[in-house]
Amino acid sequence: MRLFVTILLFYFSMFSFEVEASQKEVEDFDPMDMIMHHIEDSHEFHILSYHNSAGEKIDIALPLPVILWHEGGFHFFMSSNFARGEEIISLNDSDEYIRLYHEKIYYTDSSGRINYDEQGNIANSKPLSFSITKNVFSLFIGSLLIFWIFGAAARKYSKRGGLSVPKGIQLVVEPIILFVRDDIARAQIDKSKADFFMPYLLTLFFFIWINNLVGLIPFFPGGANLSGNIGFTLALGISAFIAVNVFGSKEHWQEVLTAPGVPFFAKIFLVPVEIIGLFTKPFALMLRLFANITAGHIIILSLTSMIFIMRSIYVAPVTILLSLIMMSLEFLVAILQAYIFTLLTSLFIGMAVNEH
Amino acid sequence: MGILTPDPGLVFWTTISFLTLLFLLRKYAWRPILRALKVREEYIEFALKDAAQAKDDLDGMAEKKRQMLNSARLEREKIISEAKVVRDEIIQEARDKAETEAELIMSHARENIEKERAEAIAGIREQIGTISLDIAEKILKQELSEEVKQESVIKNYLKQIEFN
Repeated sequence: MRLFVTILLFYFSMFSFEVEASQKEVEDFDPMDMIMHHIEDSHEFHILSYHNSAGEKIDIALPLPVILWHEGGFHFFMSSNFARGEEIISLNDSDEYIRLYHEKIYYTDSSGRINYDEQGNIANSKPLSFSITKNVFSLFIGSLLIFWIFGAAARKYSKRGGLSVPKGIQLVVEPIILFVRDDIARAQIDKSKADFFMPYLLTLFFFIWINNLVGLIPFFPGGANLSGNIGFTLALGISAFIAVNVFGSKEHWQEVLTAPGVPFFAKIFLVPVEIIGLFTKPFALMLRLFANITAGHIIILSLTSMIFIMRSIYVAPVTILLSLIMMSLEFLVAILQAYIFTLLTSLFIGMAVNEH
Repeated sequence: MGILTPDPGLVFWTTISFLTLLFLLRKYAWRPILRALKVREEYIEFALKDAAQAKDDLDGMAEKKRQMLNSARLEREKIISEAKVVRDEIIQEARDKAETEAELIMSHARENIEKERAEAIAGIREQIGTISLDIAEKILKQELSEEVKQESVIKNYLKQIEFN
């Protein structure tokens, strides 16, 4: 039964992609454009598009708030003010204007001109934006979901006491929490210090996992490529960098900075490598999560695009089957990447804090 | 590449969300959950230790019971054997006593019988003496009724005296 529902869900998801894509097909379908549009952030949350009886394309999208920092003040307005890049908005009623161009906000002049440099990149500068974009919106949903799940579980634990047999949501979260504690934290970090890092590691694990899963939901509140966005993984990479280095023991720093027991000529090479290593470890974490999740999204979208590239309905079963397989794989990748990120972070923490 | 440039807004919001979530969950979720799990683990550990202890105790008690049964059996055997000895002694004693008593009674009886017999014999003798005297008187009266016979007797006695 559950399998059936899952398959049905996947079919629906494919259907929603198809609907979205079919509109584009009319205007000469470009898979690269469609995929990049889905991968990148956006200032509105697109829900549905269709052609009405008059043949006009109707887009249903949730406008999201734009928050800009400009000349010592915040500017708040809804992204619908941009009218998808058609409108040019003036800030402070001065001669400074902004406009939305390919889902990014640029400073521009009154005519909304976009300048390019020699490499063909956009030369216009960007205002500092704290906008609630599609990814930030998805982030809030994921965070609320996490808080709701574990708040409920914690309430149950507090109410029923630790000695009662786990029930309901406890049964769902307990094995995973125990897995994180025993196989990730305590396996890498000395037991006396592991408990200190437990809240961080648990939050990290579920933050990545739940946001990965929200990103896999193919319709409205999900589907943002949040955990496949480098900004998101950068923030987590920084958190891992801080967790590893702030709590590092004296011996760890000694080993990193002086490389004891190594001949001097080797030290000249080894110490810089160790210092670079401090940064490459979280950098690798950042890139790994970003690349894995983005790749998953790209593959699923590419498979769906196949139908419109081939312009044949007969490809659909194959595409759907392949998408189904990829989607199942993505569910595995969602937890796997959360596991790898948390495991490596706790491994690095263990290397930094453990007593040898 | 656009997707490789981090957007400061998203970095900011991710950091804010992550830290908020970390502090909120640490206070309202991880602490109670981890404490509950720890309590349960300690309870299970304690219960297992307790069970092992109880089992040891039980084994010890069984051993004790066995020892007690054993010693009780030995005690019983000892008491029985002692009782046997005492019984034998008592019987022996009683028998000895009875024997001596019986002997005493017998000897008394024998003495009595002896005495009685002696008395009886003495009586008989006396009686016989009297009867004999009577008979002798009667015979003498009969014999010495005639003169001739009296003379011959006297003569006879005299003859005997002569010999002496």
